[in-house]
Amino acid sequence: MSKKILLQHINVPGIHTLETYVAHGGYQSLKKAFSMSPDEVTEEVKKSGLRGRGGAGFPTGMKWSFLDKKSEKPRYLVCNADESEPGTFKDRYLMQHIPHALIEGMITSSYALGARTSYIYVRGEMMNVIQILEKAIQESYKAGYLGNNILGSNYSLDLYVHPGGGAYICGEETALLESLEGKRGNPRNKPPFPAVWGLYGCPTVVNNVETIADVPWIVNNGGEAYAAIGVGKSTGTKLISACGNINKPGVYEIELGVTVEDFIYSDQYCGGIPNGKKLKAVVAGGSSVPILPAELILRTINGEPRLMTYESLSDGGFVSGTMLGSGGFIVYDEDQCIVRNLWNFTRFYHHESCGQCSPCREGTGWMEKVLHRIEYGHGKMSDIDLLVDIAKKIEGKTICPLGEAAAWPVASAIRHFRHEFEEHVRNPESCCKRHLHRSMELVH
Amino acid sequence: MNNLKVTIDGKSIEVPPGTTILQAARMIGENYPPAMCYYTPLKETGGKCRVCLVKVTQGSEANPRPMPKLVASCLTRVEHGMVIENETSPEVLEARKGVVEFLLINHPLDCPVCDQAGECDLQNLSYKHGTESTRYEEGRREFDKIDLGENIQLHMTRCILCYRCVYTADQLTNKRVHGVINRGDVSEISTYIQNAIDNDFSGNIIDVCPVGALTDKKYRFKQRVWFSKPFYAHRECDKCKGEAVAWVKNNDVIRVTARKNKFGEVLDFICNNCRFEHKNMNDWTIGEPYEMDNDSVITTNKYKVLDHSPAVNVDAKFVSE
Repeated sequence: MSKKILLQHINVPGIHTLETYVAHGGYQSLKKAFSMSPDEVTEEVKKSGLRGRGGAGFPTGMKWSFLDKKSEKPRYLVCNADESEPGTFKDRYLMQHIPHALIEGMITSSYALGARTSYIYVRGEMMNVIQILEKAIQESYKAGYLGNNILGSNYSLDLYVHPGGGAYICGEETALLESLEGKRGNPRNKPPFPAVWGLYGCPTVVNNVETIADVPWIVNNGGEAYAAIGVGKSTGTKLISACGNINKPGVYEIELGVTVEDFIYSDQYCGGIPNGKKLKAVVAGGSSVPILPAELILRTINGEPRLMTYESLSDGGFVSGTMLGSGGFIVYDEDQCIVRNLWNFTRFYHHESCGQCSPCREGTGWMEKVLHRIEYGHGKMSDIDLLVDIAKKIEGKTICPLGEAAAWPVASAIRHFRHEFEEHVRNPESCCKRHLHRSMELVH
Repeated sequence: MNNLKVTIDGKSIEVPPGTTILQAARMIGENYPPAMCYYTPLKETGGKCRVCLVKVTQGSEANPRPMPKLVASCLTRVEHGMVIENETSPEVLEARKGVVEFLLINHPLDCPVCDQAGECDLQNLSYKHGTESTRYEEGRREFDKIDLGENIQLHMTRCILCYRCVYTADQLTNKRVHGVINRGDVSEISTYIQNAIDNDFSGNIIDVCPVGALTDKKYRFKQRVWFSKPFYAHRECDKCKGEAVAWVKNNDVIRVTARKNKFGEVLDFICNNCRFEHKNMNDWTIGEPYEMDNDSVITTNKYKVLDHSPAVNVDAKFVSE
């Protein structure tokens, strides 16, 4: 059984209430943190090797140390709970079941950063999560963990939940800040980065839910203990939301370093693929990371077993590798159509582009239309190269990473499954048959 | 502070700290990157259209590493010893070609009936960086018509979402009633509750618009711009400086616009009174022919020729070029 940090008490009845949470060791990190200086807490996080769990995997301690400490302005900690990437649902699960884990993390992290006001920006669609968090925050205020002079430490913190308007783009940190300020959720041009010019022009740190929820354990047990879990630079545990053609979809906490094969086939995790079907492909870290065919996701190009770590999954670059990303693990069996899947993803990015910069605004829609054509039997052979070219002209030319998020799945699907696209173009009638088949399935 | 030395396409210049790459390139004065959204007189503009992307091959003297991605030259500030490739970089030209293609796939290409034709930044940009044919086969985007009142015509289909008109309304007028609504490729400039854009300086959104999305309703379909003659014009005005350009045809002022610099940026914003209400030669003190020295399709001097010579000479001039 691998080590659990976040989900250790997930099955305890009533763990969402403060009382039960405290009875199981909750809010211990506050006293420990207040006995340390803020910089010492940051130092522990640095030592832990904790990396951003939202997708980019940037070292959290380093991000904290970039915060402009010379500035006279107030500092803010903002928690990015705008989880909306297709295939990723780990933060929602955590907030829904153990809201106090996030709140405790927010308090210790805010203390380390010297923030007096902090925000949790929650995706608007997750109204129930917002209600759960609001209730938990009220409990926390009543118990004296939030508000003025927390536990007699002279440290005061106010914590607010802010519901988003339901835009994927507001998960991009600067768009999130714009939205939090009450403006249209357009990403900002960087630099300046939020550490210097963030919320209301003040130094701000934006962290993912899971990242912040990891901090109390690090404070309680020390950074070195956390760094001892995992492999190499991928330390600690990670929540993986597994879905697709697997026997046991759900959220799993894994020690970084589990092999991908183990994760898919062992009963402890996904439990293999239903009906004895073969594995076809995996999207390992949310819809925006490159898709990999079975042989490349199980083993790297050098034949080594692929591990669930930042480094191992990105081994081989984008030619033969992918990314750990946000941990949205989507499994496809041999019956699934890569073209249809890609069209679905691209439709999402087209719908969610903010429309601010030209390559993403126009390119995502164009790719969707071309893919729709191929999928529905009206494609041409030249369309495949056209898609590759459009993706290339979006990637790296946009204000924010949504451009890349839209371009990578297209480029990787064609890189690894070109024959399937060609098959669609060559046999337009087979496409229609597949759709007929699918709609029959729905009827029965 | 000392001036910073930058090299763009092999040409070096020293610029004060805080200068952006685009400004430095404009100081050098030739082959500067195009800009569809950045607008010097308006704060916070830039970074959106992505046509000004350049390659930084050396970050600075202290940190000579190249920048990993192409950067928006309108927003990236120069560092001492920075080396930049603009038109000498095939990567930049390819990216620019891509952006022009993106800007055009949903553009109606109705230049033959568009009032902006001849002084359109998108036209100029596509002449220089675009391709001759399109790879786009799908239907083009269309929008519902929005009425902005009696002075300004909005053609949303032509818009490239540079946001300039939004910043103009924010920074020039006392109340902005229009903005960008919706998201992605259906986001549009709109007044949302169908308000007329009506205040003393609202007409300037016509001048800042790089394309034909916002045009002068009172000049609509009256004349192709290259058949009217621009003159420096001046009048006493209590709202603005009263310094404008009068576009004249047959001794009638058919249009009034603000004066612009060679980068197509307004020098002094003018009021609606000057722009829309004074269309008589007697309203204005008409001066010299207005010279335009930007890369427009209707560039400088042709008007002078038009002014004094028969049409046949104009043709000869075009041929000799």
